[in-house]
Amino acid sequence: MGFLDTLFGRTKPVQPKLDDLFALPSAAITLQAATGFVPTGSGSVCFRAVEGKTFSDIQAEVRELLNMDAGKPGGGLPVEVTKDSYGYTWLVSSHMSDEMDTLVTDLHAVNSALVDNGFGPQLLCTLVAFRDEQERRLALVYLYKRGTFYPFAPTSGQRRDNALELQVKNVLAEDLKIEQDLAKWFPVWGAPGL
Amino acid sequence: MARTRYAPDRGLTVRMTATMFLLGLVFVAFVALLIGIMIAAHASGAAIVLIALIFGGGGAVISLFYSDKIALAAAGAVEVSPQQAPELHGMVDRLCALADMDKPRVAIAPADMPNAFATGRNSKNSVLVVTEGIMRRLEPDELEGVLAHELSHVAHKDVQVMTYASLLAIVAGLLIRFAFYSELFGGGRRSNNQNAFPIILAIMAVSVVVYAISFLLIRLLSRYRELAADRSGALLTGQPSKLASALQKVSTGMARIPTQDLRAAEPLNAFYFVPAMKLTGGDGRSLSALFSTHPSLEKRLEQLAKIQQQLGQAGPPQ
Repeated sequence: MGFLDTLFGRTKPVQPKLDDLFALPSAAITLQAATGFVPTGSGSVCFRAVEGKTFSDIQAEVRELLNMDAGKPGGGLPVEVTKDSYGYTWLVSSHMSDEMDTLVTDLHAVNSALVDNGFGPQLLCTLVAFRDEQERRLALVYLYKRGTFYPFAPTSGQRRDNALELQVKNVLAEDLKIEQDLAKWFPVWGAPGL
Repeated sequence: MARTRYAPDRGLTVRMTATMFLLGLVFVAFVALLIGIMIAAHASGAAIVLIALIFGGGGAVISLFYSDKIALAAAGAVEVSPQQAPELHGMVDRLCALADMDKPRVAIAPADMPNAFATGRNSKNSVLVVTEGIMRRLEPDELEGVLAHELSHVAHKDVQVMTYASLLAIVAGLLIRFAFYSELFGGGRRSNNQNAFPIILAIMAVSVVVYAISFLLIRLLSRYRELAADRSGALLTGQPSKLASALQKVSTGMARIPTQDLRAAEPLNAFYFVPAMKLTGGDGRSLSALFSTHPSLEKRLEQLAKIQQQLGQAGPPQ
């Protein structure tokens, strides 16, 4: 925030960075090769819905758009919409494990619909789920405002496997822009699709 | 440049600029007058001014650097870890990620009075405090609105801005006191120095005027910054009506609480979500509005209604 903005007390809502999301498919291959974690095929976009009909109309449009291909080969399952206990909305898109490209395209469709309608600042994060043979859960979380990723590995209860997260961080350092400030790796307990 | 629905409020910016310009003007006039007086003066006048500057400036710097610790101690608040207050931390985490800002520390004050404040000179050294009372009374959505308002204060560096703005008033206030005491105790020596009396009297008169004017301007600036924080907070969550309902609940809750408990919270008033002490007496509404650190509930609700309308506009934005 600039000096003048501080002086006048005006924060400009932060616009999301979208492009780095497309690095996910190749990162998924690296991750699988190095750690054995495979994509579950599900991913989600999390945003803070704005009150009023305008926003809910846009949300309905996006859902319709994503569901057009549902059931067809490569089209994945219909999109699930859930609201978490913090009031944030999650759009969960489910595909086959090897359809990372289409999944990312789906997620991007949500992003661009919100941005095109001027609601880009409402985007919080996107989450792509992975699992390994021991059924350990892992998510790569993309922070829209920073354009960075971080790993999130919940174990039982409200605990996270920090060792695994740091391991994944090092594995993916080449493929993804990893969030360097560990304080920003906030937990997303009970995220839908994880 | 991406398209946006979040138009800045030019009127508010203009009013804030005008207030700061006036404060600056008073400041320049004050310094000029003091220099004039000091040139005409002998040692005692100059010494008083210097001491006031050192004490006032030093005090302000100390309070700026320790504002988070002072406020925590004054409110009796205790910092909480994510394990102790997962819901509260989760809310702050998400809001900070939405706004792309550093997360302040989070603390809870064991007071029943429903309130919240944020303090600290920058986002790295900030602490966000909520009372147990506000957590009990508000729905999660409403509490989130309040937190977004407080985080906006942090983002706007309001503690710094208000400290700098108050610096002048602090120095003027000290000068009044010093001049008064030097008259009181230095009275015996007056016969040696015929100059001293009128000069100290002049310093006192100038300081009183400056103090009064800057006091009103600072209060005005504080009200504008509250409106700015309401605005940024409502835009951040996209839920202006939730913040509005929180404001309504909290301010009616405030009226219920006996005055005696509230007086203890008074030093932190300028940073509180809703002022803990209502000015009574005087000329009723208009006077208390002039002296108040926070805008009236009606003004705040009116602005939030406008934002709600803005966010709901159909069709793609310009």
